[in-house]
Amino acid sequence: MSMPYYVSPEQVMKDRAEYAQKGIARGRALIGVVYDHGILLVAENPSRTLHKISEIYDRIGFAGVGKYNEFDQLRVAGIRHADTKGYSYSRDDVDARSLANVYAQYLGQVFTQEMKPLEVEILVAEIGATADLNRLYHIAYDGTVTDEQSYTILGGDAELLAQRAESIYRSGWTLPEALAGSLFVLAGADRTLGVDDLEVGVLDLKYGRRAFHRLEADELSALLANATPTA
Amino acid sequence: MSLFLFPPGQDPGPNFADLLARADHSREIGSSNALAEVPHGTTIATLRFAGGVVMAGDRRATEGNIIAHRSIEKVFPADRYSVVGIAGAAGPAVEMVRLFQTQLEHYEKVEGCTLSLEGKANQLSQMVRTHLPMAMQGLVVVPLFAGWDDRREIGRIFTYDITGGRYEEAEFATTGSGGRDARTTIKLGYREGLSREEAISLAVEALYQAADEDSATGGPDPIRGIYPIVTVVGAQGYERLENETVGAYFQEILTRRAELYRGSERT
Repeated sequence: MSMPYYVSPEQVMKDRAEYAQKGIARGRALIGVVYDHGILLVAENPSRTLHKISEIYDRIGFAGVGKYNEFDQLRVAGIRHADTKGYSYSRDDVDARSLANVYAQYLGQVFTQEMKPLEVEILVAEIGATADLNRLYHIAYDGTVTDEQSYTILGGDAELLAQRAESIYRSGWTLPEALAGSLFVLAGADRTLGVDDLEVGVLDLKYGRRAFHRLEADELSALLANATPTA
Repeated sequence: MSLFLFPPGQDPGPNFADLLARADHSREIGSSNALAEVPHGTTIATLRFAGGVVMAGDRRATEGNIIAHRSIEKVFPADRYSVVGIAGAAGPAVEMVRLFQTQLEHYEKVEGCTLSLEGKANQLSQMVRTHLPMAMQGLVVVPLFAGWDDRREIGRIFTYDITGGRYEEAEFATTGSGGRDARTTIKLGYREGLSREEAISLAVEALYQAADEDSATGGPDPIRGIYPIVTVVGAQGYERLENETVGAYFQEILTRRAELYRGSERT
């Protein structure tokens, strides 16, 4: 007769967390930064078509790192959540906090109950009518939500990148400054990232009702030319 | 609310209306009672010009022989490059537009690219068809759809019937109770390759003539400052003219016509 073997819950959680972290660390990092007129999202992404950054709703943007199919599924679910909510109530009733909560619940549930946790980290960013209403919700693979005020880093070697960010970030950055800062954080001093390596989106109220705007190659080159190295 | 995640075979993809059906949102709109009492529309006119399309619509809603609203809007941006105008029962019509707008935006966000203009026109066709049972009960909704086709680089116009039949118009189209008068006016002034100004002017003239003949169509209202909605869609996207600008076009017509009558006075 075979003995059913026992694994402690602590061990199970630890294994799952390690598995998810490994998966996420394989991909490139992504950063979300608040600048003077909005929120900048910058990802290292060589693909032009498989996006890591996208629009969820009028004032809400989404960014994900890790396994593409998994965060893309979450992205679509987020758009569905926002559109159904805006359709049945009002466009003003769609907010990032409620979306971050449903994401967190789902990720937490998968992490504890499914065989395999989702290998993703996601960011729900919302631009407010005033700067103090800007929101950055960082949601980890296990459903942990953190609410950041100025910047947040997803994936890759997040600790090292966070140190770099801390060393240079200051509030009130203009868009070119924020972009230069983000590139320094993502690439460090030894690497340089060009237009082709980047995917960049902004949330800025100057674009009207739908504040999300993807910066295309020409806009991005123009911005990079303006950006002065900060480090 | 929980996240809308579906198993592969049942996923609605970028289709918002299908998502609503699966998410069990009720799409029942309006009521079958007191059909004659619901506000009705009106006159919408649309025509092509060299750089796109113009669509204009009056602001009046009527309940029987009563003016229910003086400033309702019947011409809406469907998305950045298209415009939809509605005639018929106001409640379900506005609801249909709202669903249509959400549908187009939903598709764009989920898929990361916009539908082709023809794709949008077909979507609207499906919505009109879904509405058929309500139409049979008297709540008819007949939209007009127009927009800029960025693949062919031309403005295009689509008309519908209550069964969802979709027809492309080469020059111009009108709908609503004053549609016939508007149509005649445009027909007389239309030629291929009108300029933007000429097209706007013709659309405004058409609405003026429709309001002159049809009691359910509102004319310019300088006292309250309410003028019909005039929109233009071209390569630059959707644009709604300012109230004052539309007012100026009407003022020109009024001045011209006033002179005409003065000239015919006999002493």
